[in-house]
Amino acid sequence: MLRRPDPLADTLMTVSLGPQHPSTHGVLRLELVLDGETVVKATPDIGYLHTGMEKTMEKEKWQQVVTITCRMDYLNSMGNDLGYCLAVEKLMGVDVPRRAQDLRVLLTELNRLTSHLVWWGTHAMDIGAMTAFFYAFTERERVLDIFECASGARLHQSYFIIGGCRYDVPTNFLPLVADFLKEFPKYLGEAKKLVTGNKIFQRRTKGVGIVSKEDAINWGLSGPTIRGSGVNWDIRKAEPYSGYDTYDFRVPVYDGGDVWSRYLVRMDEMEESWRICNQALERLKEPGPVLSNHPKLELPNRDLMKQHIDVMIHHFLIASEGFTVPIGEVYQSIESARGELGYYIVSNGEERPYRVRVRAPSYVNLSALPAMVEGQLIADVVAVIGSIDIVLGDIDR
Amino acid sequence: MSETLEKTPGVKPLPRYADVSLIRNKFAETVQEIIEAVSEVTIVAKREGLVELMTFLRDEPSLCFDYLSDIGGVDLGEFASPRFAVAYQLYSLEYNHRLRIKVFLEEDDAHLPTMWSIWKASNWLEREVYDMFGVTFDGHPDLRRILMPADYEGYPLRKDFPIKGY
Amino acid sequence: MGIENKLGEVLPEVLTTQLDALVNWARKSSIWPATFGLACCAIEMMAVTDPRHDLARFGAEVFRASPRQADVMIVAGRVSIKMAPVLRRIYDQMPEPKWVISMGVCASAGGVFNNYAIVQGVDKVVPVDVFVPGCPPRPEGLIWAIMKLQEKIEREKVFTAEKEKVA
Repeated sequence: MLRRPDPLADTLMTVSLGPQHPSTHGVLRLELVLDGETVVKATPDIGYLHTGMEKTMEKEKWQQVVTITCRMDYLNSMGNDLGYCLAVEKLMGVDVPRRAQDLRVLLTELNRLTSHLVWWGTHAMDIGAMTAFFYAFTERERVLDIFECASGARLHQSYFIIGGCRYDVPTNFLPLVADFLKEFPKYLGEAKKLVTGNKIFQRRTKGVGIVSKEDAINWGLSGPTIRGSGVNWDIRKAEPYSGYDTYDFRVPVYDGGDVWSRYLVRMDEMEESWRICNQALERLKEPGPVLSNHPKLELPNRDLMKQHIDVMIHHFLIASEGFTVPIGEVYQSIESARGELGYYIVSNGEERPYRVRVRAPSYVNLSALPAMVEGQLIADVVAVIGSIDIVLGDIDR
Repeated sequence: MSETLEKTPGVKPLPRYADVSLIRNKFAETVQEIIEAVSEVTIVAKREGLVELMTFLRDEPSLCFDYLSDIGGVDLGEFASPRFAVAYQLYSLEYNHRLRIKVFLEEDDAHLPTMWSIWKASNWLEREVYDMFGVTFDGHPDLRRILMPADYEGYPLRKDFPIKGY
Repeated sequence: MGIENKLGEVLPEVLTTQLDALVNWARKSSIWPATFGLACCAIEMMAVTDPRHDLARFGAEVFRASPRQADVMIVAGRVSIKMAPVLRRIYDQMPEPKWVISMGVCASAGGVFNNYAIVQGVDKVVPVDVFVPGCPPRPEGLIWAIMKLQEKIEREKVFTAEKEKVA
């Protein structure tokens, strides 16, 4: 006779969560060892979306790499492009015109809004609040309209290029942004009423997945995840780029270290992003060039090109062969919607980057997941995953 | 428990890159070269004494590199000697400065001590360097392939690895 | 041969039709997709259910977390060599009849990632019914694919031994 094992016996059970699971935000796989409902051991298994981007970048020209960087962290594609462009500009010693910097700040902050909106909708949905998702996506569509107006694409804009922005924004861009910014605070108030004040949501998130301040630093967490643990560190303040030091905004910090604190940090961050957008919008009312006049970057005037053969050759060379970047290495990090996004770029003086290493914020944040969920209930695992706001495209690259 | 602050306190805005003259004499054996380029400081170090150097950089109160940003590998080409470079990007949350430590490795001797005991962030970063370049890390608690399938052969980011794979 | 007309006169409350047409009508009006978001396209796949695009108009908004309850698999994003076996397994778990939409150029042909990590076209792993171009396709593009799939389902024969593939 076969005897069934006693279901209440003191045995551990291994459960595979993902890679196809609605609450793992992509194709993350977690191997959970459970004692009843308590997680004893969690082992993330990633790489299901490994795209070989760093290798592909070595085969593309400097300017073409932008099309790959924005496909990495697809929720924050403007920020990804910005980091790469800043790194190469630093290596080349290129100054970006004022208007291009303001456009960069405005669009990056709008992208941070869309990223946080997707996070808010899906995080709430994971915990059981379905409606938030529809509110978030409705509002997000309006920002995507703005991106479409500026660049022609919704998700992968590739709008920032080395030296500035690809072209100036059309005339209906500023009114579109102004309309959105006027109505956003009302929306954010509704969003806070809908989820933040919800007792069930608070019960599910308070005291769950705690990371202490020291652990957060040692694990290398960054972005809203480390600011939810009481570390006041935002690269926009600490190492300002694109003129962030001239904007008036605050860095929200909460010291609970749990899912709830990280939630509050992101909700406050949306408000601050809105403030930055308003300031950038004011500055954009003045016209100006949007691309650096560096001879390697600026394409020649089209009328001149039709008259002079040397101008035409110059255009042809830039367009077909690309340009070279001085030999050297550089590390440039920016504050993406998820944390410290760093580019370590090595150039050997050719038309293509020799090596582009991406320090992905989600990658390092996710590596601390076992420390956050071990000892918690299995139902809290999805809450913790939602709270560190991972994007698998960013992790696997 | 909201603690929303106007400015980051206790952070000196400049210099962004650290003053490391202190370690030149103290680690004369390990530190080969200190390079300053594009307003960044790079220390070229040897593998021997690397752990002591890193521990010092973290614990010395005037440097206080408490945050490991990144570990990135570079393949210098299949005929180059040394073949690999591994670059550690360090950051100090307290002083807001950065530093890069670079270690060169020969192909037939491509191993490094793990930084797991100093920064836990090194766990996955080292695994990725192993996965992509085949550089092993001695003493790493869980050195397995991380992005590629476990039974995959070859190290994709090496220069002699064709872009379309084998 | 006119029997429908006669029947309609005698019993006006009875509708006559072909069984194929009836079953296909039912099938095409409630295509339940499996949530199979991989990369960027998954965000547009989520966007297609939002109030602006409202996939519910086509009866295909019920994203099922379990492949055993799903009719169509929307492969939304690039498929890596590590993911391909998982993809095939999920496809095998779906009950017949089942269809596959390859969303975006990465899933359809590898896209910009012609490299060691990405499967160059998901049709190497599972049979694909509709390819959607774009990187990522707009939500309208996915709606177009759902409509194309509905057209295709309409033309299928239900009572043949094997599901007849209509080009």
